[in-house]
This record gives sequence, C-alpha cells and structure tokens, in this order.
Amino acid sequence: MVGIVSYGSYIPKWRIKVEEIARVWGEDPEDIKNGLFIYSKSVPGPDEDTATISVEALRNALSRKRINDVGAIYVGSESHPYAVKPTATIVAEATGFSPNITAADFEFACKAGTAAMQTVMGMVKAGMIRHGIAIGADTSQGAPGDALEYSASAGGTAFIIGEKDTIAEIKATYSITTDTPDFWRREGQDYPRHGGRFTGEPAYFRHILETSKKIMELMKTKPEDYSYAVFHQPNGKFPSRAAKTLGFKESQIKQGLIVPYIGNTYSGSMITGLSAILDIAKPGDRILAVSFGSGAGSDAFHIEVTDGIENYPRENAPDVWKQINSGKFIDYAIYAKFKGKIKMGE
Amino acid sequence: MTIPRFWREFEHRYRLIGTKCPSCGRVYFPPRDVCPYCHRESVGKMQKYELKNTGKIYSFTVVYQDIPDFKELKPYIMAIVEMDDGPKITGQIVDASPEEIKIGMPVKAVFRRIREESPSGIIEYGYKFVPI
Amino acid sequence: MRDVVIIGAGQTKFGEHWEKSLRELAVEAGLRAIEDAGIYSKDIDAIYGGNMSAGSSTFQDNIGTLIADFTGLAINNIPAIRVENGSASGAAALHEGFIAVASGIYDTVLVGGVEKLTDVPMENITDVISGEIDREWEAFNGSTLAASAAMIARRYMYEYNAKREHIAHIPVISHRHGSLNPYAHYKNTIKIEDVLNSTIVADPLTMLDCAPISDGASAVILTTMENAKKLKNDGIVRIKASTLASDFISLHSRDNITSFRSTIEASRKAYKMAKLEPKDISFVELHDAYSIFGMIALEDLGFFRKGEAGKYLEEGYGNLDSKLPINPSGGLKAKGHPLGATGVGQVVESVFQLRKQADKRQVSDPRYALTHSMSGAGGSSIIHILEVV
Repeated sequence: MVGIVSYGSYIPKWRIKVEEIARVWGEDPEDIKNGLFIYSKSVPGPDEDTATISVEALRNALSRKRINDVGAIYVGSESHPYAVKPTATIVAEATGFSPNITAADFEFACKAGTAAMQTVMGMVKAGMIRHGIAIGADTSQGAPGDALEYSASAGGTAFIIGEKDTIAEIKATYSITTDTPDFWRREGQDYPRHGGRFTGEPAYFRHILETSKKIMELMKTKPEDYSYAVFHQPNGKFPSRAAKTLGFKESQIKQGLIVPYIGNTYSGSMITGLSAILDIAKPGDRILAVSFGSGAGSDAFHIEVTDGIENYPRENAPDVWKQINSGKFIDYAIYAKFKGKIKMGE
Repeated sequence: MTIPRFWREFEHRYRLIGTKCPSCGRVYFPPRDVCPYCHRESVGKMQKYELKNTGKIYSFTVVYQDIPDFKELKPYIMAIVEMDDGPKITGQIVDASPEEIKIGMPVKAVFRRIREESPSGIIEYGYKFVPI
Repeated sequence: MRDVVIIGAGQTKFGEHWEKSLRELAVEAGLRAIEDAGIYSKDIDAIYGGNMSAGSSTFQDNIGTLIADFTGLAINNIPAIRVENGSASGAAALHEGFIAVASGIYDTVLVGGVEKLTDVPMENITDVISGEIDREWEAFNGSTLAASAAMIARRYMYEYNAKREHIAHIPVISHRHGSLNPYAHYKNTIKIEDVLNSTIVADPLTMLDCAPISDGASAVILTTMENAKKLKNDGIVRIKASTLASDFISLHSRDNITSFRSTIEASRKAYKMAKLEPKDISFVELHDAYSIFGMIALEDLGFFRKGEAGKYLEEGYGNLDSKLPINPSGGLKAKGHPLGATGVGQVVESVFQLRKQADKRQVSDPRYALTHSMSGAGGSSIIHILEVV
C-alpha cells in the first residue's frame, strides 16, 4: 500500500503579531484576531525563499530516514523563486538526488503540495518509481494593508512517498476541481487579489465539504472514525467551521490547526498541519487530510498510521510545534525590509 | 559571479562536499586537488567527502559595512565554524541576534540564498549556519 | 649576490587626490625618486611597479607599460613590469627589484607603488579590497577584509585574554606619529577612548581600527653599491634583507589565526639574511591596515612574546623615544593605505629616517629599519631590513 515513508517540515524563525500589522494600517487587532482566528504569522528571512524552505523541509525528512532510491521530486508552490526555472532542480541538487531523477514544479494556489503528493502516489503505484518526493512550500505575499497581509506566511513540508516501510498508508484520495476564481495573481504582479467574501462559501467551503464527504462515503467512514482531521487553513476560522459542519470535534483538529500562530503557509498549509499530527500519531490512528487550492480545487486523503511509526526516529528532526514555539518576533519595519516591501534606490 | 563560476561549485556550496586525502586522512573544505601535507602522494587520489552539517563557532564578528549584496542583512554575523569533521568554514550565522553568539557555540549548516546577480539575474544559494 | 642599495626615494602625499589620476600620481613619485637619486632617466634599466587593484577598480591593466610611458621611459624601451601581491604589492615590487639588481640582471631599477582608490565608487570599494581574500569561499559568503581582521581580533582576545583597549594602542601611536608627517593622510591625534567609541565596522573593530582609503604613490631607486659610491658619499641605504613568505590565503584554512605564519617565516629569513636579531632593530614600520594586524605582527616579528604586545604597548613601547618606535611615518592608519603604494612608502619613510631627514618625527640615531608589509589577512608577508651605510 502506498504511503508516507518519511516526512519533514520547516517553518522560518521570524514572526510578526497581528497587533503590529494592525498598528500600521489603523485597524483593530481584536477584530482581526476574532474574525480570522490568527494571532501571528511566520516571516521568511531575507535569505529564505521557497527553494530554501523546501530544501530544509526535505533535509528534515531525510534526517529521519535517509532514502536514496528516489525517482521524482515535485515542488508545489505559488511563490517559486523563478517564474521560469524550476525550484525542484535546486532542491534535487541540494539534497543530492540530482541527476538521475525526474523533477518539476507544481502550482495550484494552496493545494500545489497535495497535487504533488497525488502525482507521486500514482507513479509509485504504477511502478515507475520506488520512492517519490512531494513538497509544498511557500513564501506567500499579501498586499500591504490587505486582509491577506495578516495571514500570508512562509513554511513548507516534504513527504517521501513509497510502498515499503511506510509510517502511514494513504488508503484513498479524492479530488474535486472547478473553475472558481476566488483568488489569483496575474503574471508579473507582485501581490495576489481575491474575491473577498466570495472566497468563503462558493470556494473554500463548497470544495472542502464536498471532498470530505465524498472520501468518507468512499471509505465508509464517519467523523468519529478518525483520530485527527486537518483542513486547509487560510485562517483559523474556516477550518474550524468546516470541521464543525462535518461533525468533527475540536479535539480532532487541534493538533493540526497551526494557522493561529504561523499564518497560512499556502502550499505548506494543510500538509504542515498533517506533519504536526504525524509528530504525535500512534499506530492505527486514522487521519482525514483535506487541502484546498483557490481557482479552485480540493484534495482529500484518508491516511492510516502503521506500526512502522514506532521505530521511526521522529526526534531526528524538530517537530512542527517545537518550530512554531521557537519563533522570534519582529516589528513591521523589519518585516517590511525582510519581505522587500521597501522601495530601494539603485 | 558569472553563471558558470557559480554553477561549477554547486555540490560544494549546496551540500558541503569537500575532499579527503587518502594518504593522511585530512578532510578539506573548500575542496583541494592537492593535500598540502602529502603533496604528490595525494595528486589524482583526493576523494570527495560530504561533511556532516554540524560544527562549533571558532570566531565571529558582526559586520556593519555597507556591502550592496548584503544590505538587507546588515548588521550580519560572519563566522569561522570549525566543523565536526575537521575543516573550518567561513559563513554567516543567521536566525540569531549578535548578543547570543559565543565562541564554541554549536551550529549547523542550512541552505540559504547568499546573493542574487540582480533582481532579474540568477539567485546564488549556499550554506549559512544557525545555532542548534 | 651583489649588495643592493637605495639611492633615491620619493612619494606623493597620501590621501584623497581628486585632481590627480593614477598615472599622474605614479609619475610624481617616480620623478621625485629619480631626482633624489641624482640620476637621469637614461640610467634606469627596468621598472617594477606595485599595484593591487587598477584592473578591478578602474579597468586599467598593463600598469607597468603605462607608467614607463608617462614617466618618459618608454622611449628607451626598458622593461616595465607590474607586480601584484594584494596590499603588499609595493613591497613585492621591491622584492623583485632587489632580486634583479642582486642577481646582476639589471644595475639600476626604479621600484614604484601606486593606487588610485577614490576613482572607485564608494559602494564597490569594500568589494575591490575583498579581492585579496578568497573570493569564492570567504568574500562570496559575506566576509570582508575588515571582517577577517575582526574575527582575528576576537579570537586573539579569547585566546590571550587580551583587553580590547590593548589593540587600540596601535592606531593611537600611528596617529601620534602621522600628525608629524607632512605626507600623511590624517594629521589628527586620537585617544584610546576615541578608538573604542568610534563607529563600529566589524565588531569589535571600529572605524579608528581601520586604515583609510587613500590614493598615493611612492618610489625608490635601487642600484649596486659600486654604482652608488660613484654618485654619493652619504645617505646610501643598504637593503640587508628582502624576504617574502606566503600562508593559506583564507583564515579558515589556517590552524591558528592569532599569529601570521607568513610574518614569522619572512622575518625569520630576514633576520638570518641580515645577520641581525629583533633587538637590533631601531624602528619598525608595521602593516597596521587593521590595528590587530599591527599588534600581532609585533609578536610575530619577535619583538614580544605571544599575547604580550598589549602589555608593552600600555607601558609606552611604540613611541618615538621608546625602545621600539613603531610607525614613525604614521603607519597605514594615519599616513594612509594606498594599497600598492603602501609597502614602498614604508621603505621611503625608512630611507628618510635612516638619513635623518624625518624632521619632527625623526627617530633618534636609527641604524636598522624593519618594514613589514602584508597582503590580505596575512596571506603573505614581506620584510625588508635596511641599514644606513
């Protein structure tokens, strides 16, 4: 059965608080915190980008289990450092998998990472490759003063997927895809735009709820059959409401709900929540993991943790919550400098 | 740097691949084609050697100079790190404030952007260090 | 090997020469040396010119030919060669000139050094100077020469439990002497507190620990003792030793960064060649591009034991009237540091001192002068020991 052989996440060290962003734009931080259920977000250093985050996430996965027989690397992101020139080649070179490997970049807003997972699963199942690597990572941008600025953050997670010696089996995956323009960024534009409240019901909820229901139908499961559930996290509110609507309890989503402290890491969002769950999961645990990507689509995964996790050295890399809790806070001015928001002279 | 000048060093800059002298066992980073101690004994025999990514700070400074490539990092911490495998490496310490840095402090190598040719040019990646 | 002597010395003022080009500076120093020697252009058999950065800073290479041309010597078609050895380029040119005369290949040579740094855009200057450390494995990662000096200083303080104040004595001494030198870039005196409180460049070093960016040129005329005696009765300065030693270019490749092996080796050979010991030296011109370099050099040259230079400096060593006058010229810190001109400039000062022509900064009755020039952070060191005949 195809599944996760190893995993690793990376969250940049720097954080900015909602209060600090609200102070600059004359907004009430309590409104934001209550409205979005976000307290702070991660900020990449000026020397970090999707390639460096992907490499660090994958190195964390490899330090838990060094797999050499890897046939594919796919990196999903909406903030690839180059418009043309793959991130995946940099990651392959930096982790020593170059040159005998196939590689490509994926883009599907916040679900590019799970699209990469599905592709790799298919290749493993078809016998094309023994192992494949799927990464979702972003250094996402929110226009200064826009609501997105409170959430658009940075981070990423890498999965090594194979059929032998898995720590968690991916028993099923189900997707839906529609043309729903809830969020976009045109070529050459610095910042994305979004449809405001249109991003909720017709976009996030319709897709997330539909795939979640379908995969449970397929697997003949109910919410109470899962130890954990994790949904895409554009803010804290959406996944909490989706979970409640579906009948999941807070205790099932708490471990994977990381957005209140590090923001929305876009392609890294749901899968970093999944990574946090794997950090504590036990054999037999069932996990429902559902991503959402604007534009729009959703990928759901039914995952079951195997006995393999018992002898798998999770401690060889820092767990997600440890990374979340070791952040250092910066003010808006340093944040603006780090994110390149200050107009420089020649 | 021109593209080939940077590109030909990828494995060293990305993965800390140095060389090891088969004669005396010394490990070198950056890589050397000749061991300064074994000379002819080592010529043509130097082996690739991937360093472990951990080490300790041997010395450091906080740079306040105006260098266009590192403007947004100023002030930045520059250090010589003594790697657990032997060689010393010059690199920046990041994700840390100057006041926490001490000689002897354990650090590990991470993958970061070092500089870019220009906003439209290639991005040059390499190693920096973070406190463990 | 023939005895090699200096019969002429000349230099420009070191500093910011906005109105003068590289070639004008070189010509000015060269002509002064020729005039001082009392010879004519036709007497010169070859030119050795030290310069570090003309190619990278002003896109002018082939400096040897250029200087021969504009000193009016190209018409004689004599050999003219640029010597590059980082900021020790001038001293390296002198070493080459010495070898040429000592070997009998040439009888009379002009050795010059020149650097024009104010034509470099300010934002590029650090990068140009970083050309003398390892570009790929030090400078690429963000290190600079000042950062190298600072890392040496921190390690020195760590290993020897040295006080920060100790290191600051070097620029204080250099400024005190520079204030008396009409050729000096800076003529102000400074105190220890000024050094400690100055703008930080690379912690723990401040702006006053670092030599300035200067323009300038310097030149000497070398010939054989036999020739010199036909021209002059006094003021002939013999080169008792001319030695050069190298080390690993980057700090990270060295076992120890609180001592410069190139300085230890070059001085060991120089003392042997001159049949002298450190205690015989009347005064020393040190390469204090950064205060810590000068401090460490004092130990590596054998004047003080490792880790003890600070203690002696605190006691007053270094002043003109002390047992060991340091940098009577003002050193690189106050006289200025026009890279390629610096090493020859140290020798020009030593010639003036040995001839007792140094006016207010005159060291009393000097017999032997030692000059110490260095490239990068000790990548190479060049020692000259001079004696007045």
